[in-house]
Amino acid sequence: MSVSITADGIEKKYNRRKIFSNINFALRENDSLAITGRNGSGKSTLLKIISGALSPTEGEISLTIENKNVAASDRFTLVGFVAPYLQLYDEFTALENLRLLRRIRGIRTSDETILALLRRVNLFDRRNDFVRTYSSGMKQRLKYAFALLHEPPVLLLDEPASNLDDEGIATVRQIIEEQKKKGILIIATNEQHDAELCQQTIDLNKQIGRGENR
Amino acid sequence: MSIFSSLSSTMGILQKEIHSELRTRYALNALLMFVVTTLSVILFAVGSESVSREVLSGILWIIIFFSAMSGLSRTFVTEEERGTVMTLHLIARPLTIYFGKFLYNFFLLSALNVFTLILYLLLIPGFSIGNYSVFITAIILGTFGLASASTIIAAIVAKASTKGTLYPVLAFPILLPLLLTLINATKLAVEGVVFSEALGEFQVLISYGIAITAISYLLFDYIWKE
Repeated sequence: MSVSITADGIEKKYNRRKIFSNINFALRENDSLAITGRNGSGKSTLLKIISGALSPTEGEISLTIENKNVAASDRFTLVGFVAPYLQLYDEFTALENLRLLRRIRGIRTSDETILALLRRVNLFDRRNDFVRTYSSGMKQRLKYAFALLHEPPVLLLDEPASNLDDEGIATVRQIIEEQKKKGILIIATNEQHDAELCQQTIDLNKQIGRGENR
Repeated sequence: MSIFSSLSSTMGILQKEIHSELRTRYALNALLMFVVTTLSVILFAVGSESVSREVLSGILWIIIFFSAMSGLSRTFVTEEERGTVMTLHLIARPLTIYFGKFLYNFFLLSALNVFTLILYLLLIPGFSIGNYSVFITAIILGTFGLASASTIIAAIVAKASTKGTLYPVLAFPILLPLLLTLINATKLAVEGVVFSEALGEFQVLISYGIAITAISYLLFDYIWKE
């Protein structure tokens, strides 16, 4: 599946405050990009714009699959997203969450796939427990199961190792390496070692605004 | 995305809302308590006085209007408060979310109306319906308009910092024409007029519902993405 993302002159303002401007990059299959910058520099905002959840003030994101442009409102079908501010439904169990989100997303993943994902993120034994009883690390693992449910060609990770123990971090590293082989990976991070996993970097502190190869 | 998958996705949102409500009782308890409390206050206030059926028709819709305000405004606010808005962005198109939430509000309001009407007919002396077909038609069309307007107002309010104050401020002028027409239609039902005499009210109610739904369809994408 050939996939590409192009950012052309992206700018975001909240009221009159400019968060960032003139962000440009082009990514194709097997490319990876790290977005770095201090707190408040707009890393999460840029990820949300790429996912289609937010609109940029200026510029355009274009996501194509098999050379066909995908509308911003349909971009969620191709994107997996993990972030500390992304919450699943506390009143449901992990299994109920994934089944419900599968139904709403309209994907045909089998129950076996869901159970395999829960095994992978080490939540299989707690699959029937309410999410409100989970620790923050367990919630982060569940977000990975949610993000990978539809085998997305584009994976967006905001602070990927947030709240995870060593075992969780190892699983995430494995997911990152697999994604780099089969699609596009974009990581927003403050951690140097996470940024080093990617081929290109955009530093929002310096407002370089261009995907620079390492 | 095909129409069939959009419909399936909309029904998925509705299913999520119903399951979530049955587990958390965010809106249900607030709505039911409001109806019971308001009816009790009216009963104490009226006492043994005789109140005209026209006034009772107005009071009925005041109860429904304020109950709807206390419960339906939560539709999008709970998603904001629990941080699940981003999750919704990642699982469905904006219009699917709007129509899923609208259907949920419609069913919730229908259940509330049935509950309110049964209590009202049983407890309020002097309130009786002369023509049930006019009354039921008014209730169904009113529920449609009220659910549609409440859903889009709730979406706007959820993005604001002063959520509690903004909902009634926005809802009152938008819902006023609907409420006045509903009170008129209920008066006609109470008086027992024939169905054709209430057609003018029904035309207004249908037009209102369609207009608000069409405006919501056009605006929701913009509201949802800030």
